[in-house]
Amino acid sequence: MKNSILFIFSLFLSASFFSCDNSENSKNGDRGALASSAAEKTYVAPGEHDEFYAFISGGYSGNLTVYGLPSGRMFKEIPVFSQFPTSGYGYSEETKPMLNTSHGFIPWDDSHHPDISQTEGKLDGRWIFINGNNTPRIAKIDLKTFETTEIIEVPNSAGNHSSSFVTENTEYVVAGTRFSVPVPQQDMPINEYKGKFKGALSFISVAPETGRMNIKFQLIMPGFDYDLSHPGRGKSHGWFFFTTYNTEEANTLLEVNASQNDKDFIAAVNWKKIEEYVNNGGGTMMPADYAHNVYSHETHTATSTMKKEVLTVDPTEVPGAVFLLPTPKSPHGCDVDPSGEYIIGNGKLSADLTIHSFTKMIDAIENERFDGDAYGIPILNFEDVLAGTVKQAGLGPLHTEFDGKGNAYTTFFISSELVKWNVETQEVIDRQPNYYSVGHVMIPGGNSAHPFGKYAVSMNKITKDRYLPTGPELEHSAQLFDISGDKMELLLDFPTHGEPHYAAGIPAEIIKGNSQKIYKLDENKHEYAAISPADARVERDGNEVHIYMTMIRSHFTPDNIEGIKVGDKVYFHITNHEQDFDVPHGFAMIGANNAELLIMPGQTKTLTWEPKKVGVWPFYCTDFCSALHQEMQGYIRVSPPNSNIDLSWSLGED
Amino acid sequence: MKKAGIIMILGSLLLLGLFKFPLWNIMLGAPQYPDPMGMNIYITGIEGVNEFDIQNIDGLNHYIGMKKIPKPEEMWEFEVFPIVIGSMAALGVIIGILGFFGKLSYKWFLAWLILMSVLGILGMYDFNNWLTEYGTDLDPNAIMKMTNLDGSPMSYKPPLFGHEKMLNFDVDSWPHTGAYMLFAGMALSLVAFFVGKKEWKNQ
Repeated sequence: MKNSILFIFSLFLSASFFSCDNSENSKNGDRGALASSAAEKTYVAPGEHDEFYAFISGGYSGNLTVYGLPSGRMFKEIPVFSQFPTSGYGYSEETKPMLNTSHGFIPWDDSHHPDISQTEGKLDGRWIFINGNNTPRIAKIDLKTFETTEIIEVPNSAGNHSSSFVTENTEYVVAGTRFSVPVPQQDMPINEYKGKFKGALSFISVAPETGRMNIKFQLIMPGFDYDLSHPGRGKSHGWFFFTTYNTEEANTLLEVNASQNDKDFIAAVNWKKIEEYVNNGGGTMMPADYAHNVYSHETHTATSTMKKEVLTVDPTEVPGAVFLLPTPKSPHGCDVDPSGEYIIGNGKLSADLTIHSFTKMIDAIENERFDGDAYGIPILNFEDVLAGTVKQAGLGPLHTEFDGKGNAYTTFFISSELVKWNVETQEVIDRQPNYYSVGHVMIPGGNSAHPFGKYAVSMNKITKDRYLPTGPELEHSAQLFDISGDKMELLLDFPTHGEPHYAAGIPAEIIKGNSQKIYKLDENKHEYAAISPADARVERDGNEVHIYMTMIRSHFTPDNIEGIKVGDKVYFHITNHEQDFDVPHGFAMIGANNAELLIMPGQTKTLTWEPKKVGVWPFYCTDFCSALHQEMQGYIRVSPPNSNIDLSWSLGED
Repeated sequence: MKKAGIIMILGSLLLLGLFKFPLWNIMLGAPQYPDPMGMNIYITGIEGVNEFDIQNIDGLNHYIGMKKIPKPEEMWEFEVFPIVIGSMAALGVIIGILGFFGKLSYKWFLAWLILMSVLGILGMYDFNNWLTEYGTDLDPNAIMKMTNLDGSPMSYKPPLFGHEKMLNFDVDSWPHTGAYMLFAGMALSLVAFFVGKKEWKNQ
């Protein structure tokens, strides 16, 4: 207890030490648009397009939001791990399997770290991956349709936080556990954690053509908390680095008990070596239970498959594959510079940043200069791998990104600022206040060998007075900095949805030309699609009724249906026959216990409805599709369970 | 008349471009259609500029009661025009060859041009008739019955040449590559006539 009080006291001391610097900056920073041409720099004229896409994680919204930079305008919320009544994602029969897990249907998650696919260390803009933190999963979003097309659950993991970062050629998307757990899960006393709980680091292969994900192997590490990770690149390609905390292996009051060791570790994993080991038959196949959910744009339908085993690797069985780099003060972010030489440990309970050298690490490994081991994993000497320290850069460093010009940008949560420093000299160049308590920072291409160092977006955890007040609950706030000059310049505040934990940016030119406009009706392979209005029909199978319905401006076919009874389960299989860009139709049924459907041109979606009351009940189009939108409606007659009214359906008949 | 004969042959062959390239093009842009929709009119039928343009134009036209854009089998023109163009090209080539060997007078070149012009004018007349019918023969049960200020029903006839504003649409109608090749071919036949005249006199 005494220790923590002392610590807090020292935080205040340091805070006042830095505050002089801050107040001067905040005057300039606060003036924002007035101080300079900031307004001009963020102004994207009506009808013009932004220069960058920014994919900002939604945190507890479970989703991913799409913004433009420099305008800060939001374009889309992509449903990923959460049910989304707006489109029917997670409610429609087609998308319910996407949220299936070994724990059953999970309607929500905490989405964290988006990362865009790469080829040869450059963003290729094919897919974006994001991790579900709570019920461990990795999702893949197709950047042609901006829809979630695959979700794989990660077994033996809990608090899937050091995820979902991709290697230089998207060989793997990596998912590390934050919470160590019994592996395999078992009924045991919690206080027997130490030595018995394990931390699984999962390497999920990504098929080069299809992007199909598969857990290639899980590295079963000691029971630390694996906080964040980043791939090596260039010279360090083939390695992956994970920060750890709670190397004390505490199982209660971690706030204190996991903050005792002066140094925790960065775990350096030579995944190429382990890949070779498993390709040669190494590793142990272990029973496991996890869902693999795949959505097809041809059938417009997802399937969920339960997988029954996973290949695990004991790090001590693969000599030379895993090493521990001592890193001070419970490091959070683990960031690798574009050259692949420097591995930065953002010691979050510290004022300093630790920079490890990949070259020195390899040298120490080759000369076997070890300082003991942890559960058989060699520990390197701190001094042997240290490239340098950025001294007193700020308080509470969390994350670092790079501009590709030799500079790094680190967020400091406690001192609420973004600090620019030179990677080679480790000298601080500039600092700008953030409003307030910045978490992540994103520079487009930040996790790649080729960042686009024009803008930095900081994502702040606390909003307070930055916008018009909206009661106790506020959206979070992001801030856009121009980083093209020596000094960073605050250009813009913009609210973000949910709680962003990292973002990924990419020049719009790379992906905007691939963005699909419609789904082609003649490529629609949905089992229940009505490809022509002549296919529209109603079929009964016991108490299940299947309505094959089509929609085009401005009517449904059929729009009068009789012969439905109370107690039926009605499936509306609705196909949008439009083949024109941006002409979706919606579908809403009175009394449906789920959501609406928003159906894109050429797409088929299915909503279920269990009518509970006798009567004649309307349905209608929810998207203002045309001048005759208000006329786009229909009726369903619901009769008592024992009635013998035949099924009938029609359009335009009296 | 070697030169004139060759020019005549080339000119006639240019007509064949109509089998590959559109004769005419009509584009429809509107506030909500920043990328305009369009139809390319070939001598063999009407196609959309983009994959789904015909379907989308028909979809919009149903509000004002216009008929669907005709399929090739629904208009005799799409059978007859290819025969006429093919025949005229063949005739021109034959005249050119005979001219090349001096078997025919240069006046035949002019005769071909006159025949082609007459056929062309008839074709345009017919095309304009179709546009008029397409734009005025409306379904009496149309969803939207638009009238002019004087109360007469509004016509949706696209212009034969140039730009016209029709409701929310900007309609542009212009000859396309095939037509320009036809014009060039006809111009070459005129050149062949004058060159032939000179060559004939020099003989």
